Amino acid sequence: MIRVELVKLVRRPRTWASILLLCALPTVVAVFIAVTHVAPSPGQGPALLSAVLSNGTLYPAAALALVLPIFLPIAVSLMAGDAIAGEATSGMLRYLLARPVGRSRLLVAKLISVIAYVLGAVVLVAVTGYATGAGLFGTKPLLVTPHGLAASNIATSLSGTPMTPADIAMRTLGAVAFIGASMLGVAAIALFLSTLTDSSLGAALGALAALITSGVLVALNSAAVVSPYLPTKYWLAWADFFREPILWRNIERGFAIQGVYVVVFVAAAWANFATKDITS
Amino acid sequence: MIVTRGLAKRFGSVLAVDHVDLDVREGDRFGFLGPNGSGKTTVIRMLLGLVFATSGEIEVLGRPIPARVREVLPKVGALVEGPSAYGHLSGRANLALIDAAGRAGGRRTRRRRVDEALEQVGLAGIDGRPVRKYSLGMRQRLGLAAALLRAPRLLVLDEPTNGLDPQGIREIRDLLVRLNEAGTTVFLSSHQLAEVEQLCTRVGIVDRGRLILQAELSTLRPVTGRVIVRSPDADRAAAELDGQVASRDGDQLVVTGTDPAALTTRLVTAGLRVIEIRPERSSLEDLVLELTGPGTDRIDRGAGQPGNHPSPAAGDVP
Repeated sequence: MIRVELVKLVRRPRTWASILLLCALPTVVAVFIAVTHVAPSPGQGPALLSAVLSNGTLYPAAALALVLPIFLPIAVSLMAGDAIAGEATSGMLRYLLARPVGRSRLLVAKLISVIAYVLGAVVLVAVTGYATGAGLFGTKPLLVTPHGLAASNIATSLSGTPMTPADIAMRTLGAVAFIGASMLGVAAIALFLSTLTDSSLGAALGALAALITSGVLVALNSAAVVSPYLPTKYWLAWADFFREPILWRNIERGFAIQGVYVVVFVAAAWANFATKDITS
Repeated sequence: MIVTRGLAKRFGSVLAVDHVDLDVREGDRFGFLGPNGSGKTTVIRMLLGLVFATSGEIEVLGRPIPARVREVLPKVGALVEGPSAYGHLSGRANLALIDAAGRAGGRRTRRRRVDEALEQVGLAGIDGRPVRKYSLGMRQRLGLAAALLRAPRLLVLDEPTNGLDPQGIREIRDLLVRLNEAGTTVFLSSHQLAEVEQLCTRVGIVDRGRLILQAELSTLRPVTGRVIVRSPDADRAAAELDGQVASRDGDQLVVTGTDPAALTTRLVTAGLRVIEIRPERSSLEDLVLELTGPGTDRIDRGAGQPGNHPSPAAGDVP
């Protein structure tokens, strides 16, 4: 069944259309920056963008930073929200279960297909970012400081360590893994909602509403009590991979909180789906 | 093949299925009849483990449902509430995916199984067009093909001839009879009472969630005591049988108070020609209309409940 779901994922036009859009945005941004050579000054605008003018191999991480706030959660919510509800709408859910595909097996297969989509999307964005970045920008040496990155020519006053290409690759991989994990939390919420309703759009919008609520609360000082437990709280902690030394504290917390969200919502999805009357 | 005991299903405050005791035997061609909203589809969904019963027991192929669906369903082919398919894929790709789902029936023989199923339903020459471009009849045939993959022992079909033209209906009926003669038990629901009459050996009739009748079709169509005669000399025959002719339609007379043998002798002695003579039987349609109320899709003004029970036309019952 896992194979069947992966085949369905790959043969679906929507999969590729969404990944194409995800890769298009960073490419457009890269072209603008390369043409004008005007990048946001350090500390302003999307993270890392100021540094990529000096070194294009950083662009994969910058590309992910661009799609992380909106594009990526929307794409992941749509795909995960469609997982069960989409089958219900198309009427295939009853035929799959009558084949029979066990309900737990179907849910696991859907989960794996969603994970494959999330990781595939994140990796493809990073790869596209590398191609455009290395092609359009230079590869001047960079310093990595406790406050983030700086081009070596402007940041002479800061005490920093020069980054080697291998160093950049390792840090980028870390950021890819962290952002992938953050999206898995989103996927788990959408998957759970997908088992509740027969409308895939409803499930996707529900997951997005949860994320927006979480985003608002994180920014709200009076909600500081709950903010450490919100799914979007540590989303931006991936940037800590680009400090020296790497700030592990928020990265670890981010991984942990996403792990908790995945376990809780997948368990809830399973409990609901395994006992649900299929009337679609 | 299918046994239910006291099967009931409640959706919120609505009792959709109420104490149904079905008994479908091996080799039956069982017709499951009833108005819209009478609970037919809910029963079918419970047989397939899609909907969980509120109370009662289900056995399919001798095993309890839903506890042992994994053993039972691979031997059951189903069509529930219309065919479904992935619109962007071809019919063949859809069947291959369905065949691969669940405990796969072996990859090497998949192509052959798909081809055989398509052949059986008359789609052997199908091309790579995506299913969203199919006509209603083609989708129906594709749905049947999906049910026939892996040669099931039991076919559970909800309205199998929906959307088909008369030739298509005939083809599918012949196919079902052939499969049945080869040992497949057929359980089908239908509104097409004439269809069921031609195809089924046994019927069950549900109304408002209750199984109100379950019997051999032959015992359900009793002779009415009247005789139907067709004769080119219908005018003279009507005069000859004056007082005994209940109704007349062209060259066809319905005659009371006699039997076919006596009537034949009498007409022939009078020098009249006879084309056809047979005892009248009440039709399945009459019986179903007599036993069941209107479907839940009929909402009459003023009443919170479905409309009044239509009484059978007075002239139909002797």
